[in-house]
Amino acid sequence: MLRAALMLIAFGYLGLLLGLPLVTVFTEAFSQGLGVFVAAIREPDARAAIGLTLGVAVICVPLNAAFGVAAAWAIAKFEFRGKSALITLIDLPFAVSPVISGLIFVLLFGLQGWLGPWLREHDLKVIFAVPGIVLATLFITFPFVARELIPLMQEQGNEEEEAAASLGARGWQTFWRITLPNIRFGLLFGIVLLNARAMGEFGAVSVVSGHIRGRTNTLPLHIEILYNEYQTAAAFAVASLLALLAIVTLAAKSALEWKLARSRGRA
Amino acid sequence: MSIEVHDLAKRFGDFEALRGVSLQMKHGELVALLGPSGSGKTTLLRIIAGLEFPDRGCVRFEGKDATERSARDRRVGFVFQHYALFRHMSVFENVAFGLRVKPRARRPREPELRERVLELLRLVQLEGLAGRLPSELSGGQRQRVALARALAVEPRVLLLDEPFGALDSRVRKELRRWLRQLHDELGLTSVFVTHDQEEALELADRVVVMNRGRIEQVGTPEEIYHEPANAFVYEFLGDVNVFHARVEGEQARVYVRPHLLEVELRGSDDADGELRARVERIHAAGPSVKLELVTDAGDRVQAELTQERHRALGLAKGTLVFVKPRQKRVFVNDFSI
Repeated sequence: MLRAALMLIAFGYLGLLLGLPLVTVFTEAFSQGLGVFVAAIREPDARAAIGLTLGVAVICVPLNAAFGVAAAWAIAKFEFRGKSALITLIDLPFAVSPVISGLIFVLLFGLQGWLGPWLREHDLKVIFAVPGIVLATLFITFPFVARELIPLMQEQGNEEEEAAASLGARGWQTFWRITLPNIRFGLLFGIVLLNARAMGEFGAVSVVSGHIRGRTNTLPLHIEILYNEYQTAAAFAVASLLALLAIVTLAAKSALEWKLARSRGRA
Repeated sequence: MSIEVHDLAKRFGDFEALRGVSLQMKHGELVALLGPSGSGKTTLLRIIAGLEFPDRGCVRFEGKDATERSARDRRVGFVFQHYALFRHMSVFENVAFGLRVKPRARRPREPELRERVLELLRLVQLEGLAGRLPSELSGGQRQRVALARALAVEPRVLLLDEPFGALDSRVRKELRRWLRQLHDELGLTSVFVTHDQEEALELADRVVVMNRGRIEQVGTPEEIYHEPANAFVYEFLGDVNVFHARVEGEQARVYVRPHLLEVELRGSDDADGELRARVERIHAAGPSVKLELVTDAGDRVQAELTQERHRALGLAKGTLVFVKPRQKRVFVNDFSI
């Protein structure tokens, strides 16, 4: 009885907060027919937004994956001063409001910012341009891979690396043949989450982008503009792309979690 | 290959793992580092392997200084306590690893490599399990994979950290004998760490007894057992009864092994050193009979008798007996823990 009630609450709550909106996104997207849906996505500004979002992800995902592996490796396998400070700093983007993160970059690179005059002299544009969007996204997404890997690598310990060294392996050989294969599912898991956030980030990107159509609008920003202009069906059509990404992410996440649990169980 | 360490010291934070350890191991020797946990034996082994670097002192292989050389350049086979097998690789790939990471010029071709790995698996009696993952093996099998993997690079020295620690006692005894054979056949210099005195005495040519970062005694198993240098070594090597006494006016402790206590039903004429005690408990299952006695002063004493002697005395719980040491050791004030 209690079990049934609890399950009803849990599923009812999720249905209300997640299921219903998801259904709404897709029904609204197709509410004026397939033609409007396709047109909304093929429209030049939408295509530019899709391109920019993919481009930002292509830059941010590898960089932050590499950063995450390096940071997790350092934290999990070596002892050094300032280690706890590093762990705290890695969590910073989770603690700070994304809007504030965006503002920090405006204060740094904006016209009135610290580096503004120098950037203008050299004819470089960061704020209200693509570099700003990339920087803000990098900042927001750097914890994902590191957070995922630190506990995993701590749990696995150092012995396999030591064994590899005593068998004559050099640092890189040990990394490619031992460390990386051991963390591969955790790493993929982190990358999936990182990618979802990189494509979906709104707050920080909104502050630094300047909302220039066809140039500095990412998908989330483009959706906001469409919605504000009462193009509801078009807004939901583009939104359904992001919703689809979320569903794929969730599926990949649970598949990887299952794999991860299995590879941990084997160890 | 001969190994020499000189005046090694190592600390981890506030903990002094080694405080000036010097030791020489001859070519072909099988040496046991014996001691309680925290005695520094594993640290010493890891420094010899190049997995840890000393704060002071040096390591020499064949007389040549190797203190600064990394683990990769020492050609030392290391078997980890928990084996540290590569969990995502098959048994075959685990053993092949050391050959695959060699510089291209010295890396064997695939057919030679296969042959070499299979030969090693035959040596450790695992030829049928080449395709298995480490998780699909028993503890004893993992241990032998770890050994085969270490031997693949033809090390000059084999180092083993608690090699039998995680195994049940039957497998342990079997592997022990087998390791001794292997060591003799391959002509290696081997060093292993253990906290089990029986293992050290049975397996090693020489035993190094360590305590709190120092060496207490080095010697053959016979020397260590029959001529312990101090009370720590004597206590560590087996069960022992400790009596407090005054020897030539100084506080001293008298140590007697349980099997060196004479148990009689009647007191002798020469009552010097004799104690009256009551039988508290009898363990008769085993090759000998172990008695727990309580003296008049309330001290607990352990004695060990042969089965025949036990039957002849006809002891039961509560029987009054007289005990007297047949042989004892006195250590004056040199003992501290």
